[in-house]
Amino acid sequence: MRLTQGTFSFLPDLTDRQIRDQIQYCLDQGWALSVEYTDDPHPRNTYWEMYGNPMFDLRDATGVMAEVASCRTTFPGQYIKVNAFDATRGVESLKLSFIVNRPDREPGFGLSRQEAEGRHIRYAVHSYATDRPAGERYG
Amino acid sequence: MMTTAVPSDEAGVESDEANLDLDLGAALSASPIEALLATLDAELIGLVPVKTRIREIAALLLVEKLRGRAGLSSGPPSLHMSFTGNPGTGKTTIALRMAEILHSLGYVRKGHLVAVTRDDLVGQFIGHTAPKTREVLKRAMGGVLFIDEAYFLYRPENERDYGQEAIEILLQVMENQRDDLVVILAGYRDRMDRFFQSNPGMNSRIAHHVDFPDYTPDELGAIAGLMLEQLQYRLSPDAGRALTEYIERRRTQPHFSNARSIRNALDRARLRQANRLFSDRGATALTRDELMTLEAADIRASRVFEIPEDEGG
Repeated sequence: MRLTQGTFSFLPDLTDRQIRDQIQYCLDQGWALSVEYTDDPHPRNTYWEMYGNPMFDLRDATGVMAEVASCRTTFPGQYIKVNAFDATRGVESLKLSFIVNRPDREPGFGLSRQEAEGRHIRYAVHSYATDRPAGERYG
Repeated sequence: MMTTAVPSDEAGVESDEANLDLDLGAALSASPIEALLATLDAELIGLVPVKTRIREIAALLLVEKLRGRAGLSSGPPSLHMSFTGNPGTGKTTIALRMAEILHSLGYVRKGHLVAVTRDDLVGQFIGHTAPKTREVLKRAMGGVLFIDEAYFLYRPENERDYGQEAIEILLQVMENQRDDLVVILAGYRDRMDRFFQSNPGMNSRIAHHVDFPDYTPDELGAIAGLMLEQLQYRLSPDAGRALTEYIERRRTQPHFSNARSIRNALDRARLRQANRLFSDRGATALTRDELMTLEAADIRASRVFEIPEDEGG
């Protein structure tokens, strides 16, 4: 099951050229970019691991692309996303976040139900990938 | 269009196009380079060898573009440079202009200048240098990286110095990412020569060694005139003579740093002028003329005139 989180996630995977253009757009807006990765794709997992520091004061996408490339070689089978942070006073939050790398095989999510008091049902989403320990989840 | 195509027509169109595309004059007037070089000539005094080299580089880039259009092989030329010269000869100013020129020629994508020194590249403990250098390189991508006093990167007296690591990373990027980044090293000539001797790899990757000559007294006078014009001051005729004399004296004294010394001298003359206007103030308001004019006394009050063997100021 294809993970759909962040911008562009319902589109086919972006090519490197497209990723580069998106990053350049972010830099032209004056946003700071950062690269993050994870192997726990649960939708409520908002804290992905940072790959290096966020990059401020860049002008050209080459630097970010180099960071993306080195993250891909380090964690080829994990999800990698690029975040663009707008530090403008009053905004101070992410403006854009999109996935640039995903594992070859995405096992998807299972829905588990729990009987609660009074015939209530509690639902939980559970990623099959996280059945295995971290580092062995994909490929 | 397609329906009327016959072989002879095709050939005619093609040769016309070739003529049009490869017209050097047209390409020159279409590119902003002439205007840029003209402002360079107008705003920067002297520096003839430097301007010649910039002109050559600009011409090369333009010819490369035309070669590419004609289907000839046109690899991006290596444009890493080293600027050597005495203090105050305009190395940083030229580096800034260089970024602009390369950008307008389409050689670098953004045309910004990132000026760094050893502190920005070399870390303080093991494992600190590489990320630091990489971060600077990332910031400079698409523009020009200007390393001032580059010889400090290499400290032969300390073999465990982390500077060598920064040099290695720089070399790698200079070699592999030539179209992403132009590196300009700057420093005093003798120390840069020693730096290149001990880092042959660096020397061979720098295509352009540009030497900045010292200014002649006349050029320094012209520079002073230009600075005053920008600040909207002017010299009285007496003050003009005093300044010429000042330059003559100052040049022979130690710690003379060309245009920078002139700027400092003018700054101090402005201080004295302000002080003079303040203490001479009478009942009448100052005129615009008085506010603009530097008198001979403002310049002659300098230490340079008092004690010739003193360092002066």
